[in-house]
Amino acid sequence: MAEVRTRRASGGFRPPGALLGVVPFFAYVTVFLIIPALVVVIGAFVSGGRPTLGNIRALGGPAVTAALWHSVVLSVVTAVVGAVLGAVLAYAVSTAPPNGVLKRFVTSLCGVLAQFGGVILAFAFLATFSAQGFLTRLLGTGGGGLWLYEWDKGLMLVYLYFQVPLMLIVFLPAVEGLRPQWREATETLGGSTFLYWRKVAGPILMPSFIGALLLLFTNAFSAYATAAALVSQGSPLLPLQIGGTFTSEVILGQENVGKAMALEMVVVVAVVMTAYAVLDRRASKWLVR
Amino acid sequence: MSGQRASMRRRQDLFRWVVVSLSLVFFGLPLFSMLEFTTRDAQGHRTGATWSALADFGAISTRYPDLRAGFIASIGLAVLTVVVMLVLLVPTMTWVRLRLPGLGRTVEFICLLPLTVPAIVLVVGLTPVYAWVTYFLGGNAIWLSFAYVVLVLPYAYRALDAGLRAIDVRTLSEAARSLGAGWGTVMLRVILPNLRTAVLSASFLAVALTLGEFTIANLFSRTNLQVAMYLIGKSDAQISVAVGLASLVFAFVILFAMSFVGGQRSSASPLTRLNRLTRSGRRKETA
Repeated sequence: MAEVRTRRASGGFRPPGALLGVVPFFAYVTVFLIIPALVVVIGAFVSGGRPTLGNIRALGGPAVTAALWHSVVLSVVTAVVGAVLGAVLAYAVSTAPPNGVLKRFVTSLCGVLAQFGGVILAFAFLATFSAQGFLTRLLGTGGGGLWLYEWDKGLMLVYLYFQVPLMLIVFLPAVEGLRPQWREATETLGGSTFLYWRKVAGPILMPSFIGALLLLFTNAFSAYATAAALVSQGSPLLPLQIGGTFTSEVILGQENVGKAMALEMVVVVAVVMTAYAVLDRRASKWLVR
Repeated sequence: MSGQRASMRRRQDLFRWVVVSLSLVFFGLPLFSMLEFTTRDAQGHRTGATWSALADFGAISTRYPDLRAGFIASIGLAVLTVVVMLVLLVPTMTWVRLRLPGLGRTVEFICLLPLTVPAIVLVVGLTPVYAWVTYFLGGNAIWLSFAYVVLVLPYAYRALDAGLRAIDVRTLSEAARSLGAGWGTVMLRVILPNLRTAVLSASFLAVALTLGEFTIANLFSRTNLQVAMYLIGKSDAQISVAVGLASLVFAFVILFAMSFVGGQRSSASPLTRLNRLTRSGRRKETA
């Protein structure tokens, strides 16, 4: 019935005319999304105009494998630590009055830190922990500021400053979806608080938690700004390695290794995001209120 | 039973205050350090020199031309990104709903695709594309908007999709068409006003993302606000830290204020709400 009415209203169904309406959109995404994707995918297998596996083979080089390893370790550690701390914070915030100032304050602060940090977070850390930093001077520890620039010490700490807030933002809806009735039902049946968390809330929150964890992983894995602003020597992380191919001298025959590294990143992120999508579908079952 | 409940409530309150206080110390320390760092002179005394220098717009833009250029570029980028994003998405999504429902899945897939493409990867792929953009349009930083629209695509799509779900696009446009409206009128005067909230949240996210973007601008050697801060940070750390702190506080105040504006039902900030949309695209907002 609705179909018939539409046809009449729009003066008959003419697919070619209708298709014209989406041409601008598809033209745009072709130029700015599909072509870049093809450039990366094809470029990774081309060198000097000829197809080759050399770029992929170059990924096995010590600098690139080390960068990938550092990136993965950094992302896993900050994702796990950030997820646990963020989840505790999210639960604490969820027990506050729903329209209270505390909740608005914390979510706004986390929103800013999670999405706006980048270069500013690097500055904040220099102001805090560098040799001239506030905390260094306060504690009088002197010139021990070098640890800040190392990927497995300073960078991990800096990354937590956007990982924990992101966790709060994505996990808060899940915690708020826990209904008080479930807890009351557990209590009525004689269950303790521990039992409630282990048998009721835990299993319900688990898909959301793992999903958020994966999101945090890709977030740290693709982050570039903070690390670039903080690390000025060497390229310990994969995004920095890729960035390096833009600024440093290009060795002949190696000009497409950057594209191979980019492809490597996309593959890692795509695998994790697919897992995230599957888990998110499961998790949203309990979120509908 | 009620005594038990009250004691549980007390424990929850205590737990909340301990956790939130610890977090605020954790997050507040670097921010406070930024303030301390910018109000310090060479002898270690307190001084407001950096901030009063920053407040003097005329002097600051002649002493730090990068900052001025980056600031102007970021404003322009934010506006152009929002405009291109809306012009591209709103008509297309409405049109697909009305006339080409079969394409809905394809459009959704394409719009969500950038979630799997880190900005740094996009830079690699966009290099040849931007060689052409520079050739045709020149090297102005504002053309980075084209890339930013791609970055915003997933979030904007989710926000607008939720908005379109909540209204009956078909009936609205049929009513308008039967009263003699052209497609332009339908779009501008019927669909768009009904999508106000969704358009606002999509635009808000686009602005936030644009103002915070560093990767693409830096690697294409264009100066936006973040790149300007980074560049100045190499020569005059105090000014760039002050600019960073100011923009962070500014963003926070906007977010905090907007959390009071947006509806009684949700206590969350706009960004939180958008993230919820992102997480639950399939959930019916109308339900």
